Amino acid sequence: MASLKEFRDRIDSVKSIQKITKAMQMVAAAKLRRAQEAVEAARPYAARMSAVVGNLSVAMDGRPGAPELLVGTGKSDTHLLVVASADRGLCGGFNSQIARHARVEISRLLGEGKTVKILCVGGKAADQLGRIHSDNMLDVISLREHKNIDSTVAADISTKILTMFEAGEFDICTLIFSRFKSVISQVPTTQILIPAMQSLDEAASAPDLGGAAYDYEPDEEGILKVLLPRNLATQIFQALLENVAGEMGAKMSAMDNSTRNAGEMIEKLSLQYNRKRQSMITTELIEIIAGAEAV
Amino acid sequence: MMTARLQFSLVSPERELFSGEVDGVDVPGEEGDFGVLPNHAPVMTTIRMGAISIKDGAETRRMFLRGGFADVTPAGLIILAEAAVDLATLDAAKVAKDLRNTEEDLADAKSDDARRKLQDRLGYLQALQNAMMN
Repeated sequence: MASLKEFRDRIDSVKSIQKITKAMQMVAAAKLRRAQEAVEAARPYAARMSAVVGNLSVAMDGRPGAPELLVGTGKSDTHLLVVASADRGLCGGFNSQIARHARVEISRLLGEGKTVKILCVGGKAADQLGRIHSDNMLDVISLREHKNIDSTVAADISTKILTMFEAGEFDICTLIFSRFKSVISQVPTTQILIPAMQSLDEAASAPDLGGAAYDYEPDEEGILKVLLPRNLATQIFQALLENVAGEMGAKMSAMDNSTRNAGEMIEKLSLQYNRKRQSMITTELIEIIAGAEAV
Repeated sequence: MMTARLQFSLVSPERELFSGEVDGVDVPGEEGDFGVLPNHAPVMTTIRMGAISIKDGAETRRMFLRGGFADVTPAGLIILAEAAVDLATLDAAKVAKDLRNTEEDLADAKSDDARRKLQDRLGYLQALQNAMMN
C-alpha cells in the first residue's frame, strides 16, 4: 500500500501538470484569436480572387490554348497531394484526423492505379503518413521557423508546386487541410488546386456587365498566366491560415480537457490521501487506548 | 446625369485595406496608367509596381502597390494587390534606412536564392522611395 509521502508526491506532480496544461490552453487561446482574425481578414481576397478566376475561365471556356494550370494536362495519372497539418502535437485528434483523411485518399488513388506523390506542410502528418507511404513522400515543409504565417510562406510553397508542374512531375494537385469551422470542429477538406477549373464554385458565374464586353489588358492568356499562379498561392495561403486556426482551436480544447482531467485527478487523490491519513490516525489511537487499558 | 460614385475596394492577401465609395482612382496598369471613374467599361488588367491615387472630393490618398490585378466592372473597381502600403503612413527616413540595409545585405549575400530575394526587395524599396518623392 502506498505511503502518505507517495500520495503527496503524486498530488504535487499532477498539480504541476495541470499548471502546464492550463498555461498551454491560455497560449493557444491567445494564438487562436489572432489566427482567427487572420483567416477572416484573408477571406475577402480569396473570395475576390476566385471570382476573378471564375470570370476568366468562363471567358476561356472551350477555347484552345487555355493554360494547363486551368484546364489540366488532360491526364490524371500522377497525383500530388499537399497535406497540411500542425508542426506540434498536443492538440487532440487534429493531426491524426487529417492524416487519416489523407490516408483514405491515398489508398483510393493507389487502388485506382494512380501514382501518388505527397508533399507535407507541417511535420506531424508527415510522421504519421511516413510510416506507410515513405516511398511516396517528396518533401516536408516545416512551418516551425515561421512565427507568423504570411503570404510569402504560401508563395514559396506554390512556387515549388509550380516548378514541379512545369517539369511535368504530376497531373493533378490536391490540397488536404483542416477547414476551421469552429473552435471544437475542424473539418478535413480536400480541394483540387490544379487544374483550377475543377475547384471553381458553381456560383462563380460571369458578372452582370450591362451588355458590355470585358476588355483584357494584356489579353486573357497573358492575364491568366499571372493570375493562376497567384490564385494557387492564395488558395494555399488561405488553407494554411485555416490550418493554424484549426490547430490552435484543437489545442485549446485538448488542453482544456486535460486541465479538467487533472483537476478531477487531484480531487480523487486528495480524497484517498485524507482517508488514508485518517485511518492511520485511528489505528494509532486504537493502539494507544489499547495500550492504556492493558496497564 | 446622376452623381455616380465609384465603389472601390483594395484587398491584399492579408487583409482588406480599403472599401468604400470614391470619386475616382488612378491605377498604374501593366500597359500604362489609367484612371477609373464611375461607370467605367469593364476591363481586367495586371498592375505593375507603383502608386495608386484614390481621389475623394478634395482629398487624394496614395497607396503603393507591389503588383496585382485590377478588375473594373460597372459595379466598381476591385484591386487585388500582392502587397500594399499607405504612403501617408510611411517614414521617408525609415525607408531610406531599409534601402541601405538591403544594399548591404545584398553585398554580403551568399546564395543565389538569397541574392534574388534581396534584389527583389531592393527594387521594391527603390520604387517605393521614388513614389514617395512625387
